[in-house]
Amino acid sequence: MAVGTVRSSKVSAELENAAPVLSVENLETVFLTSEGAVHAVNGVSFSLQPGELLGIVGESGSGKSVTMMSLLKLLPMPPAEIRSGTVGFDGKDLLQVDQQELRAIRGGDIGFIFQDPMTSLNPVFTVGFQIMEPLRMHLGLNKANARKRAAELLELVGIPSASQRLRDYPHQFSGGMRQRVMIAIALACDPKVLIADEATTALDVTVQAQIIELIKDLREKLGMAIIWITHDLGVVAGIADRVAVMYGGQIVEYASVAELYDDPRHPYTKALLQTLPRHEGDRMERLVSIPGQAPNLSGPLQACPFAPRCESAHDRCRQENPPLFEVSPVQKSRCWLEDQEVVNA
Amino acid sequence: MLIFTIRRLLLAIPTLLFISFIIFLVVTLAPSDPTANLPLTIPPEVKQKIRESLGLGQPLPVRYFKWLWQFVYIEPAHYLNQAFGFSIDTGQRILSWQTRSPVMDIISQRMPQTLWVVGTSYVVAILIAVPIGVISAYKQYSWFDQIGTFISMIGFSVPTFFTGVLLIVIFSVHLGWFPSIYDTTHSVTDWDSFVVQVKQMIMPTFVLALANAAQLSRFMRASMLDNLSQDYVRTARAKGLQEKTVLLVHVLRNSMIPVITVIALGIPNIFGSAIITEQVFKVNGIGQLLIIAIQGGDVPTVQTITFIFAILIVLFNLLADILYGVFDPRIRYD
Repeated sequence: MAVGTVRSSKVSAELENAAPVLSVENLETVFLTSEGAVHAVNGVSFSLQPGELLGIVGESGSGKSVTMMSLLKLLPMPPAEIRSGTVGFDGKDLLQVDQQELRAIRGGDIGFIFQDPMTSLNPVFTVGFQIMEPLRMHLGLNKANARKRAAELLELVGIPSASQRLRDYPHQFSGGMRQRVMIAIALACDPKVLIADEATTALDVTVQAQIIELIKDLREKLGMAIIWITHDLGVVAGIADRVAVMYGGQIVEYASVAELYDDPRHPYTKALLQTLPRHEGDRMERLVSIPGQAPNLSGPLQACPFAPRCESAHDRCRQENPPLFEVSPVQKSRCWLEDQEVVNA
Repeated sequence: MLIFTIRRLLLAIPTLLFISFIIFLVVTLAPSDPTANLPLTIPPEVKQKIRESLGLGQPLPVRYFKWLWQFVYIEPAHYLNQAFGFSIDTGQRILSWQTRSPVMDIISQRMPQTLWVVGTSYVVAILIAVPIGVISAYKQYSWFDQIGTFISMIGFSVPTFFTGVLLIVIFSVHLGWFPSIYDTTHSVTDWDSFVVQVKQMIMPTFVLALANAAQLSRFMRASMLDNLSQDYVRTARAKGLQEKTVLLVHVLRNSMIPVITVIALGIPNIFGSAIITEQVFKVNGIGQLLIIAIQGGDVPTVQTITFIFAILIVLFNLLADILYGVFDPRIRYD
């Protein structure tokens, strides 16, 4: 990955020192089902610096989306239940504030973009109406001003003849254009944090590239911090400052993007990087996959959840879940291989 | 949309002609005799003369086209003459064999009774069913939902002739709160007579409303449940909208689309389903007129009323389609 050399690890170290705009500590979310509790998120902690782009990577079912939805309590409760943790934002704990305060933050200070632009917009209202809703609600704009601002937003996300298109319905837009509308809605109130949950997954590759370019562009213009959730390590390499790799509902590696690609420490990260399709050399290599299946999370973690699929697993991995070891100031890995005491002994 | 409506109206013409012919055949070929109710002292020759005077001796096609001509030309022309003072040449209007008076006049006398009771009950049913459906879906499996489901099941499965009689026994016979017979000669002139009118309407309206609301609330609940799990609901919440707005603006608007169709399609049906309730409460509306006409072998009346029902069904089908297009921007008919 060529990007690794461009951003120095010093930048990431500096990022660490500023006051974070969002800090998540030990978040735990379970889903209560008839067969018992499913532990979807198991003690996730991370922080987001102003203007940073944090990539969150993992397979389906690794708890990426559930983590993000937990931050703003967007999960259906029940069956979901947030067991513990704090979400520090603007001097408040978002898990403790009342509904009214939480609503002011949703769509106001924190914008959300979802995976499927085909179903994420309400089919029976015009996109103008849907963009104007948060403007009128959070900023208290009147109809005329909200309409003006909505047209500006559509223009900002690159939709031509914006003021006419406000009257159109979602089905009159293509998938990529709908995702632009979603981005316009998320950006409506100048959020401090933008959470993009698999924002490009449902789009085809050329449109995907356009949306990523747009996000990069908007980030430079508006300066908000972004959490970019994806299962595609290739996408993250191009845009992120830091990356958190998730597996089994916990962060298994947390590093600046340069370190992660140059020197991945966790076996899962290494395996993930190997699955990326390569096109160097004369002949196409066979696609690599990680053997085994995503872990069954019906119960608290007793061991390293990756152990059954891990090539370097040993007895300790199957008995004890490792903590997050600090490999360097900008890299952490949740693997017993990093345990210095054992290595030194 | 206009072109669509016109095209559908034109298409309705052959459909209705076909329906009218089928109705004619069914009613005419049924083994009934309009003179059967006459006293036995009338000699058979005289009865035969009566039958012939009613036009029964003519061949079937002639009888059909005569009736059709009366229905589509003479009756409208008659009403145009009455309303605007035209003098279009008309012929013999459709006459009831029982009363020898024009069938359309009888229908327009009976219509207000039916519309009052049935119309009110349908409006009441909608007003009850929509909120129940919305709350039941939003609080799925709550005690409210369970009770709503139970009542719907009763409304669904217990026939109106049973609930009607049950209400009469309880509220008229034992408690004496409401009259058991609907008095159609009662006219509302002041507050007191209005109260009397409301009192006599309560039971038939309730019986019909229960049956309709049971069905509608289930549709509403199912449609709301479908929509509550959609992605756009999550988007609406992520925008920071109040639950009230999410539910009553975003979800309700989408959920109403199929329910509106069901409501529109149900309107002509209620005339039919009201027949039994009208019998129970002695409301002399359209339904009762139809029953008496069937019993008396009154072919022109039966044929005309049934055909009017058919027209209503075709029209409300069209209305349902149009409303569907109005409520769902994804449906466009041009």
